[in-house]
Amino acid sequence: MSTLLFERSLPRFAAARVVSSFGSGRGAGVGPLRLVERDAPDVPAEGWVHVDPVLSGICGSDLATLDGRSSRYFEDIVSFPFVPGHEVVGTLADDAAGADGVALAAGTRVVLQPVLGCAARGIEPPCPACRAGNVGNCGYLAFGHIRPGLQTGFCADTGGGWSSTGLVAHSSQLYAVPEGLSDADAVTVEPVACAVHAVLGAPIAEGDVVAVLGAGTLGLLVTAALSHLSAEGRCPSPSTILVGARYTHQQRLARELGCTEALPPDQLARAVRRLSRSLSFGGPSGVAATLSGGADVVIDCVGSPESIAQSLAMVRPRGTVSLVGMPGKVTVDLAPLWHREVRLAGAYAYGTERDGDTDGRTSTFALALEVAAAQRTGRLVSATYPLTRFEDAVAHAGAAGRRGAVKIAFDVGKGTAR
Amino acid sequence: MSRRPGFVLEVDKSTPPTLFWNGEGITLEALPEGSRVVYAPEPMKAIEDPYRAIRHALAHPVGDRDPLPALLRPGMKLTICFDDVSLPLPPMEAPDVRQMVVETVLDMAAEAGVDDVMLIAALALHRRMTEEELRHALGDRVYDAFAPHGLLTQHDAEDPDNLLFIGETDQGEEVEINKRAATSDLLVYVNINLVSMDGGHKSVATGLASYRSLRHHHNPQTMRHSKSFMDQPSSELHSSNWRMGRLIAESGVKIFQIETTLNNDTFPSNFQFLQKREWEWGVRDRATYAATAAALSKTPPRLARQVFHSIRSPHALTSVQAGEVEAVHAVTTSNVWAQQGVDVDGQTDILTMGLPYICPYNVNSIMNPILVACLGLGYFFNMYRGRPLVREGGVVIMRHPTRPEFHPGHHPSYIDFYEQVLTQTVDPAQMHKEFEESFATDPWYVHLYRTGHAYHGVHPFYMWYWCTHALQHLGRVIVVGGDPKAVRRLGFSPASSLDDALEIASDVVGPSPTLTHMHNPPIFMSDVH
Repeated sequence: MSTLLFERSLPRFAAARVVSSFGSGRGAGVGPLRLVERDAPDVPAEGWVHVDPVLSGICGSDLATLDGRSSRYFEDIVSFPFVPGHEVVGTLADDAAGADGVALAAGTRVVLQPVLGCAARGIEPPCPACRAGNVGNCGYLAFGHIRPGLQTGFCADTGGGWSSTGLVAHSSQLYAVPEGLSDADAVTVEPVACAVHAVLGAPIAEGDVVAVLGAGTLGLLVTAALSHLSAEGRCPSPSTILVGARYTHQQRLARELGCTEALPPDQLARAVRRLSRSLSFGGPSGVAATLSGGADVVIDCVGSPESIAQSLAMVRPRGTVSLVGMPGKVTVDLAPLWHREVRLAGAYAYGTERDGDTDGRTSTFALALEVAAAQRTGRLVSATYPLTRFEDAVAHAGAAGRRGAVKIAFDVGKGTAR
Repeated sequence: MSRRPGFVLEVDKSTPPTLFWNGEGITLEALPEGSRVVYAPEPMKAIEDPYRAIRHALAHPVGDRDPLPALLRPGMKLTICFDDVSLPLPPMEAPDVRQMVVETVLDMAAEAGVDDVMLIAALALHRRMTEEELRHALGDRVYDAFAPHGLLTQHDAEDPDNLLFIGETDQGEEVEINKRAATSDLLVYVNINLVSMDGGHKSVATGLASYRSLRHHHNPQTMRHSKSFMDQPSSELHSSNWRMGRLIAESGVKIFQIETTLNNDTFPSNFQFLQKREWEWGVRDRATYAATAAALSKTPPRLARQVFHSIRSPHALTSVQAGEVEAVHAVTTSNVWAQQGVDVDGQTDILTMGLPYICPYNVNSIMNPILVACLGLGYFFNMYRGRPLVREGGVVIMRHPTRPEFHPGHHPSYIDFYEQVLTQTVDPAQMHKEFEESFATDPWYVHLYRTGHAYHGVHPFYMWYWCTHALQHLGRVIVVGGDPKAVRRLGFSPASSLDDALEIASDVVGPSPTLTHMHNPPIFMSDVH
């Protein structure tokens, strides 16, 4: 029985940062992550239950943490040592209630909505965000009867998905996995929920041009969510979804998932220009230049200074750049944002979403389960590793694009490599 | 010593390796025994006193046209149009023949007391010329006398205020040309007829036209029926231009056509080996080749490009004729053939060609992959009269690095064409239907064409349409030494060596094909019997 534990160790942080400068994910062996023997955490209060992970994904934010590149902003809403892993499909160790109040029997497959909001923290009355159903925006992430942690996988009291001894989850975090949804599909439900939230939060109007920058897990799932939800009438239908994808397998997947056109990122601005029939200034070829018009909405699934600058250059005046990829400390020229009155909006996590034209709200995770089933998002899971091979797994995740992969996950349940 | 005509060599055991151009490089290839190599005729004798010949031609026009001095009078509106930077190739040593002709016309106009004179570069949808290029074409004296006063302009096919709709031909082809030229009392057009495609009614009907007009003959349908467009009577491209030209004449536009031919003395003395037959290379030629090839192989492409584009050709004037368009052009065509024609017996299974660093559309610029295709399949393939040099279903093997490089200022829409269109189709008819209009009317391309030095947005389509006949005729196109991804993007097959290319070609033409190599440039035209 083993667990990957992330400890606070400044020398190991520094070592990881140095080594990861040669490539994301390469610092796992020297960083603060260690394979240890450790029991499952105790349930902290009533309403909590043990969950035995089956698959647990490696996310971009995990990589940033392991590489020592994560923003210091998160320091106060993380507690050490923690067990990473917030993309989890597992089985209930005991009977429990799900997030929707329905009773779930022991052994039920569940996916975890990992945000540790007011309900999980036993905080009454809840913060305004949680009261409104926007658990991702919970303001009390450092308070309550568990230690700080924005999500399971970053909190010292809950454990995380990268452990074969299990984790503890609050009933507000549990969503039953329908029959027919594979474990691979299910382990993508958490990032699918991020994508659903980003798509439904962006001011996309009927006939808009939407550009998606980046075609890693998030970019592909944003594409999947947008094409599915718009086809189902859950959101307006854009006329065009352009995806900037560096690698050919990413371009193929983006097309399969419903984009209009997938092309290398350095061609995206030119494609947007052609489509919007814009003029361009700052460069005769339209590369690294600002467009007179541009995409109505740009969804940046990278979060780097370069991608933000590129997004600002190709969004139309008064358009929106939705930042889905996790940024850190970046230096970006915001003059175009100011001059063109562009909205730069973050899109983090999930909660509840407005459902189509109705006044009702639906859980983001319920929609994500629907998207995952319809789009078979498990196709993005390229490889799984046992916890004992965590260095290989993290290195693979860090070089996923280059190595023809998308999502790498730990096969916690079986302990074998696929 | 008399000039030697073109020559078809049959390769045998004693034949030395054959020179192939390879973009900004050169190489020698050993061709299989039994292959043929077609060499251009040697350069015709230059006219000793070009100015005198030009004056004589203007004073003794052919066809139903008065001598130029008789057409000039005070108070008249005179417009002199001239071919742009795409001719000749490589750019010729100063003085350029355009300079000599324009200076002579201006002298006659001055003698006649003509004050209202405008010079117009007949760009069609080509890029605007730079000041340096205009000065080279016209000379400093003409440039300094006209340009500062706004009297030297470049045709703008997107300027609605300076276009005049002439009418429609009996085939429904809309004719719209430069208003200043169309409303002048006399339009003098100065041609450089480097190949037989140039000149005739094409000068005004294409060089001074708008997209609205050009689209009637620059399209896949017309190109498919131009076999070849170097042979006017068999060229639908020319038939359309002739209909338009006659309509322009009927509308009252008075044209005084001046056409000039040059010899094929293409390279300056230090590169003379490039136009010699290899078995006649002396020690100096072999040493120059070895040094040049070795230096180029180590030179970065960008630097090699600069070196080659600085070459000025010693092309010399071989004829000048003036007067009525069709009568002039008949004489010109005959003179072009006299310089370039080579008799060849029978077609070949495989046609090989080494593509040089330059084509009409990348003077002082980059030969991008679309232009590579155009030079090989649009130009070289079509340099025939009667039948193509390669049989139907045969193979063309081209040698060129075919790097996916583009000049962003000159060829912006080529980049998008390469990225958006060629990734979806290489079929000229399909791209014509699905993509042409959006490129042709794209406001950004229009802006760059009008204000920068960019080819018009639709131009890459035209370059691809130029290949239509070849694409339909050939069984396969192979590029030796080209960037594999770029070559595949064009729909061709990449090969790393000529031997590999021949192996690939054997799938199409069998194990014992006939092979003919075009030793070009200097350019020649095949009369295939």
